[in-house]
Amino acid sequence: MDLEDQKPTPPEITGAEIVIRALKDQGVTHIFGYPGGSVLPIYDALFAANDITHILVRHEQGAVHAAEGYARSTGKPGVVLVTSGPGATNAVTGIADALLDSIPLVVLTGQVPTSLIGTDAFQECDTVGITRPCTKHNWLVKDVNLLARTIHEGFQIATTGRPGPVVIDIPKDIQFKKGRYVDPQRIAHRTYHPKTEPDEATIEAAVALMAGAKRPIFYVGGGVVNAGPEAVKSLRELVALTGFPVTATLMALGAYPASSPNWLGMLGMHGTYEANNTMHDCDVMVCLGARFDDRVTGRLDAFAPHAKKIHLDIDASQINKNVHIDLAIVADAAKAISAMVRVWKEKKYQADRHALTDWWRQIERWREKRSLDFKPSKGTIKPQYAIDRLYELSKGKDVYITTEVGQHQMWAAQRFKFEEPNRLMTSGGLGTMGYGLPAAVGVQTAHPESLVVDIAGEGSVQMTMQEIVTAVQYRLPIKIFILNNNYLGMVRQWQQLLHGSRYSQTSTDTQPDFVKLAEALGAVGLRAEKPEDLDEAIQTMIDTHAPVILDVRVEKFENCYPMIPSGAAHNEMILTDAEEEATEVSDAGKILV
Amino acid sequence: MNNNGKIERHTIAVLIDNEAGALARVVGMFAGRGYNIESLTVAEIDVSEHTSRITVVTSGTPEVLEQIKAQIARVVSVHKVVDWTIDKPGIEREMALIKVAGTGDKRVEALRIADSFRARPVDTTHTSFVFEITGAPSKLDSFIDLMRPLGLVEVSRTGVAAISRGPEAM
Repeated sequence: MDLEDQKPTPPEITGAEIVIRALKDQGVTHIFGYPGGSVLPIYDALFAANDITHILVRHEQGAVHAAEGYARSTGKPGVVLVTSGPGATNAVTGIADALLDSIPLVVLTGQVPTSLIGTDAFQECDTVGITRPCTKHNWLVKDVNLLARTIHEGFQIATTGRPGPVVIDIPKDIQFKKGRYVDPQRIAHRTYHPKTEPDEATIEAAVALMAGAKRPIFYVGGGVVNAGPEAVKSLRELVALTGFPVTATLMALGAYPASSPNWLGMLGMHGTYEANNTMHDCDVMVCLGARFDDRVTGRLDAFAPHAKKIHLDIDASQINKNVHIDLAIVADAAKAISAMVRVWKEKKYQADRHALTDWWRQIERWREKRSLDFKPSKGTIKPQYAIDRLYELSKGKDVYITTEVGQHQMWAAQRFKFEEPNRLMTSGGLGTMGYGLPAAVGVQTAHPESLVVDIAGEGSVQMTMQEIVTAVQYRLPIKIFILNNNYLGMVRQWQQLLHGSRYSQTSTDTQPDFVKLAEALGAVGLRAEKPEDLDEAIQTMIDTHAPVILDVRVEKFENCYPMIPSGAAHNEMILTDAEEEATEVSDAGKILV
Repeated sequence: MNNNGKIERHTIAVLIDNEAGALARVVGMFAGRGYNIESLTVAEIDVSEHTSRITVVTSGTPEVLEQIKAQIARVVSVHKVVDWTIDKPGIEREMALIKVAGTGDKRVEALRIADSFRARPVDTTHTSFVFEITGAPSKLDSFIDLMRPLGLVEVSRTGVAAISRGPEAM
């Protein structure tokens, strides 16, 4: 008799137990969540699960951003557990954020029992309907025997191809019902097969184009970071082989080391003068895992007008979306870039040294503009100075930076020098104020010994500041570094440029006393008001092994430069206030802000 | 994208897993990204495989149409997307039920025109006809235009169904 036949069929377990078991089998060690009526059975199963740590946030949006920070800093998927109705709707901002920045998340939402769906039951909402356009995929699980399969499928879809968030909506009766568990390895998807292998002929054509380039540039995006360490390694090798200049989007800072001579800085609306002019004048643009976002391209009909454009993306829908592409490579960035390296070596290509020398000479002339310089001040702390000091004093430490959204975010992106990927967690696509603090909670959860700093504004931080309590509860010593300029600075800057300095509703004159607030929440509060106080305050912040808010009072009317005014091209940057005053923005440009 | 190209009208077939919300995923993408739907048909075509086929007629510049197809293909539950207008030569058919009310000469004229269009009366009273007509959408358009002065009361169209010529499947 075959021994296999004697194997007893595994006993049926409840839906809630299936959820926990599936998470364990997917290697999940941390969940960010908030309990409620429709997820009680899952929380009960979690109570018995010692190997999964649950971080109790103070608002569901915070759970999703924390999971994003966790995911982005580890390369693993982030997992969220929230209840039905408001639990799910509160999570929507974070889910949309993860979709635009391609962050792998598995969001489990409770739902009212199947018998009550559609009756406007208490805490019922159409979660799959609401999240359909802001997830990579979502499911409402109506059969407990499909639950394990759906969760495994969810992890697969969230983490492969172009990563993104998925939502799995689980009615309460399904959590109670008993059913069969299936292992992850048994899952094969019917329709989802992302194309990861590059086409050899296209790679060869791309490399030939690169070898013939006289004014080339690498334009690197978040896709290279998402493709993992192999992609980053290959990128660095490819740059070393070719000697081409490199720029990157906000999402890819650190993929190429900021200390390298080939690094031009970030490109786009607040990118460096040299990065944008190099983009504008290039003859071959090699876009690796970026998506020609409007903040990057500026005016489309004047975008790199002389360039042959190579575009590598794992998502075919990005090709030709905003910009006409001459050579498209739909593949995984790690595979495609390593293939480029291999082909370059095999064919013994040499970059056009003569042309490249001229090109670099031109780039040096743009660099000489020193577009990130600012007027130092003895009396007030300049926000740029504050970031420079934070960078210097945290140098050599194991640092992770998160940001909120606004001027401080752009200054952080311009000035903080990232040498490695996955070190900057920021909301790029959706531009979610309030992202950075909960993201820091997630990053610190994954890296308990590291220095995790949320570079914040006093406006953004008020959107999710209740998560400081979460940090206190779990002894996560995050640092909240507020560049406090008494204004919603970026909006104020636009009002100055486009709306005659009428600062409509952008003053934050009424704001909490952040030092007292920190103390009330169980954190440590510090303040720096004069440049001479700043270093000591930053050092104290770094040395304090507890959550800290450092309220840095900075110059109120500092503007973020350089800047491509809305509706302008890469080679029409403005560098100073004086140039800004002389700039007329067209009505069409005003719409694009 | 510089969308200065000429507006074209394309018929696109989508093979999709017939799961809850499958149609909403595709239609929602059109609405969310501001694409146009001229007509839409959907039905399950394989019960055992749980697959449905959506035929959508849409219009846009060649760049926009390329985006539309890429965005549909990106929907996780989609098996396949085919453009009958450019990828493969296809046949398009649409069915309509058309109610015409009237008496006397107009009634006779309506019946005569219906006959030349091979439209079949499927309901007849002393004062009305319901015609069933099948054909390319343009044929239906002309028939409806001709019925207008003859007492057109109501139109119900199915939207386009399309399939490729020759032995191959989509």
